[in-house]
Order: sequence, then structure tokens, then C-alpha cells
Amino acid sequence: MLQRTEHLTKRYGTKDGHTLERYLADGGYEQARRAMSMSREEIVNECKAANLRGRGGAGFPMGIKWSFMAPKVAPERPHYLVINADEGEPGTFKDRTLMEKDPHSTIEGCIIGCRAIGAHVAYIYVRDELHLAKDRLWGAIREAKEKGYLGAKPFGVDYPVEVYVHAGAGAYICGEETSLLNSLEGRRGEPRLKPPFPAQAGAFGMPTTVNNLESIATVPTVMRLGGENFSKMSALHPKEGGCRLYGVSGHVKTPGIFECAVGVTLRELIYDLGGGVKGGELLAVIPGGSSTPILRADELVNAPNEKDALHAWHGKSVLDVPMGVETFRGLGTMLGTCCATVLSTQACPVRAMHNLMRFYRVESCGQCTPCREGSGWLERLLDKIVAGTGTLDDLNRLSEVANSIMGNTICAFGEGTAMPALGFLKKFRPEFEEYIRTGGRSSTNRLELHAAAAE
Amino acid sequence: MAFQLTPEREQQLPEILARYPTKMAACLPLLHLAQEQNGWVSDDVIAYVAERLELSAAHVFGVATFYSLYHTHPVGKHHVWVCRTLSCALNGADAIVAHCEERLGIHVGETTADGQVTLHTAECLASCGTAPMMQIDCEYHENLSPEKVDVLLDRLRQS
Repeated sequence: MLQRTEHLTKRYGTKDGHTLERYLADGGYEQARRAMSMSREEIVNECKAANLRGRGGAGFPMGIKWSFMAPKVAPERPHYLVINADEGEPGTFKDRTLMEKDPHSTIEGCIIGCRAIGAHVAYIYVRDELHLAKDRLWGAIREAKEKGYLGAKPFGVDYPVEVYVHAGAGAYICGEETSLLNSLEGRRGEPRLKPPFPAQAGAFGMPTTVNNLESIATVPTVMRLGGENFSKMSALHPKEGGCRLYGVSGHVKTPGIFECAVGVTLRELIYDLGGGVKGGELLAVIPGGSSTPILRADELVNAPNEKDALHAWHGKSVLDVPMGVETFRGLGTMLGTCCATVLSTQACPVRAMHNLMRFYRVESCGQCTPCREGSGWLERLLDKIVAGTGTLDDLNRLSEVANSIMGNTICAFGEGTAMPALGFLKKFRPEFEEYIRTGGRSSTNRLELHAAAAE
Repeated sequence: MAFQLTPEREQQLPEILARYPTKMAACLPLLHLAQEQNGWVSDDVIAYVAERLELSAAHVFGVATFYSLYHTHPVGKHHVWVCRTLSCALNGADAIVAHCEERLGIHVGETTADGQVTLHTAECLASCGTAPMMQIDCEYHENLSPEKVDVLLDRLRQS
């Protein structure tokens, strides 16, 4: 059952939601004040009990990630908190709303986060294009500093905390955590080999936690409600808890960001929150950013085995499965960023794949050959198919190239390219074949709606 | 003529350096600051950043060429970035790009003859719910129509 909540978005509708005054009126910074008198362990345990799965796409449990940080901070090995706000995954636009409309929850989250992992400095890495978001965060930092919530003695406690905004310079790959760290250090944003993981050697070679911006902005809510109460809001408690931001864009009537208890289904997201499909019927949906494999509207859950986690939905539409990290892994895709992109029957799947493969070719950082060359091959093969000169063999070549990228790169960008490519080829094989046979005449051969339907 | 920051910008540098444990970390912020003043990252800018941060020019050049928002050749006074990734494309981004090309009389990647505007396409700018959209300099313009684009471009050519 769809359950709208207002923990993260309470101030979204107000004109002054970004100001300290409004944030304080809603009880802001009380949790940071409280955290200053708590032990690291107590804060981490609260977050563990919240079952807060990271909101950046991988869905790693946030409390467990915090617990990887060394319990004792050596003076020559300071800890760092780094916030990933390099929001660039196609279809994703949730973190931007938090920074623009409610930046103080992020700053409060940073104070609590620093306290939890033994850090004194937090860097918020924001993609450079988001000028308003950067201004709002800097503004919030200034306000918090003036009040004495940041600085040498936050809330009068002898535990210095500083928060800085660090602007990127236009590179999707910097959303990958190790590449983000290189970029923060003033280098080219190329991913690093893991291990060592950031908790051992992250920013400036020091122990570091990298959290997504929505994750950290949710921390004050976790502290206010208590971890367990937060978790219980979710339909998928205890596997994943709380509330989160859901996004929907593409061919829907009312695209946007909506806060709900975890466990919303794609049907609810598209029809109840997104106002339904515009320009025809639902063709398919990309559930959580372009790297998550596409789901067809007519797909059914196949989980005949009683031990299967999705058995309860066996034979039902994939649109009726609650959106969760594990449930969507079970569907052969990923939850990702929880921001869905909707395609109506007027959209051509070949063109959609072409659009996304161009994106990956442009954004591949070029460090690993399989990804640098493979993403180019994927785009060029699709160029050929879209030009009407493709052959059925090219479909096999596309799969072959995608499979050659998979698992052969330093970072997950390779999988992020190959998985959606293979998803399109598998789910739309008949459409691709027909497209090639007819030189594209079998399809609408476009992405945008016809003018009349777009109204 | 070697590049120098204006005194006002120069004053920002100590505060930027104080944020990080290393000088190198100021590389991206300083390149932003210098580009803001110079319009693009010239060889002189690279030499200046390298000297101020005690880095090799090769390092700074490597950084400047890695990121799409540093311009390593002269560009227009204003930048128009039209997002063309999937959510925008599903809502007519291609038509917006074509319309901009026609109105400005240039192709993507080019600058108008008067040096006022450079037209770019951009990959996803995190504005999918308000597609199609474009960024002009530091501002987002969302839910675009060709008519809206005309107003924006006219204003830009005169500014």
C-alpha cells in the first residue's frame, strides 16, 4: 500500500525551506546536538537498526559501512566523511532537490556522520552544474557556523567539525566513489583499484566513508525517530527500512520526486505518483537510473520455487513487486537510485538503447580498454542499426561486446554499461530483429511523443 | 602576458587552500576560478595553476582535459548546454537541439560569429522531471518549448 511520508520533504513546498530559521522551527539540529554527547558506537548502532540502505544505487547498509571505520583514530591518520552529490545517473534527480530545498538536513547529517566515524571534516562533492545546490549548501554551512553548530566547538562540545563543498567539473564517472576521491584530491577522476577500500585508504590516503547525499540527509530523521521506528515504516522491514525519495520521469503525466515509505511498487510510482503514462500505453520502465536493466510492462515474476524470495509474487506482474534492493535484484535488474524512467508504446526501444549507449561512450573515463573501446563499439553498432544498415549478426555482436566489458574493468561503470545493454537485447529481441529486417519501418523510430499526444 | 588572478579572486585562494590537507586538492577549484576570469583554460592558466599549487604543468593539463567543463580552447561569452539524455530525449530534446542550431545559425560545439554563444549538448543534468531542459551559463531552464527557447536565446544574444 502506497504510504506517502514527509520526513525528508517537509520543507519542500515552502519558499524558505532552505533557511536555518525554517529548519530550526521544525526542530532542526536537535539531533546533531544530541549526537555530540553520544558515543560513536551508539550512533552507528542507531543507524544499523534503521536498516538504511545506501541511496546512491548500490544499496549497501549504511550503518555497516560506518562500522568499517577504525574505532580508534590515530592522530596522523585523520578520518574523513565524503558525501557523494555528483548526481548524474540518467533519470535521477532526487539529491538535487534535497540540496536546493532543504540543505540544512544534509549539513546536520554531516555533523552526525562525522561524529559517528570519528571524522572532523566532511566534503560534499557536488557536480559543478548544480550552481543553485552549491550556493544553498554553502549558505547553510555559513548559517550553521554563525550559530556555532560547525567550527571548533559545535554546540559547545570540544569536537571540531568543518563541512566544505567541493565542486566537480563535469564527469559522470566521478559519481563512482574512488574516482570521486581522486577528483577531490585534485586529480583526473579515474577510478582506483579496490582494495584498499576507502575505509582503509580513501581521501588523501586516509580512512574515509563515502555516503550518498540522500543517505546522509536521512540521518537526522533516523536519529529523531530512533533506528527501529524508522525501519518499521518500510514494507520491507527489516531487510531495508524507512522512507526514501522516489522519482519518476519520461512518459508520465506528472513527473517528479515523491517521498514514501520503502516498498512502493512500480505501478504505484507510475500511475499513482506519476499520474499515469502519457502518449499511449506503458511499454517499459527503467527502474532506477540508466544502469539498471529495463523491465517490460508485460513481464511476469517467475519464482516457482517456494524458497525464492519473490515466490509470493510468482505469476504476477513485475510492476506489483515492492521496490527494494533485494526484490529488484531478484527480478534480474537493480533498484539503483529509485528514480524510474518510463517509456510509452510510442517510444522505440532501439532508439532508447542508442541514446543510452551514446551516453556511456561519452562518459567512459577511458582508463580501461574494454570499457573505453567497448562503449564505442556498442554505440557504433547501434548507429549502423538505426541507419537501417544493421544485420541480425550485429545483435549478436552487441551482446558479445557487452559481455566482453562485463567484469573486465576497474570500476562498475563497465557493468553499468553492459547490463542495461544486455537487458535491452534480451527484453526486446523480437523488436530489434523486426527493426533490422524492416530498416526501422517496424518501429515509431522516435523517442518523443507525437505533438498531439504530448499535450 | 602571464596569467594572474584579479586581486578579488586572489583573496579567495587562502580560504580554498585551507579546506584541504594538500595543495593539489585545490586544483579543481583554482581551475574554476581562473576559467571564470579568463573564459577558458589557456596554456598561461595551466602554467599559473601549476606554479601556485606546486604541480607539474602536465598534471594540471591532464586534469583540465579530463573534465568536460574546462574549456581548453577559446569559447563564447555564454554557454548553452542542452540535455539530450533519455528522459529529456523522451520529451523532445532532439527538437530543442535542432531549434537552437537553427536559431543560432551554428552546429553543436560551435560559437556564434559575434562570439556571444557557444552551443553544447549535455549528458543528464539531473533535471529529468522537468524535461526538456537546458543550462545557460549557471542557470537551469526547464520544461522547454521552442517558444521559450526563442525568448532565452534572444535575451542571451543581446546581453
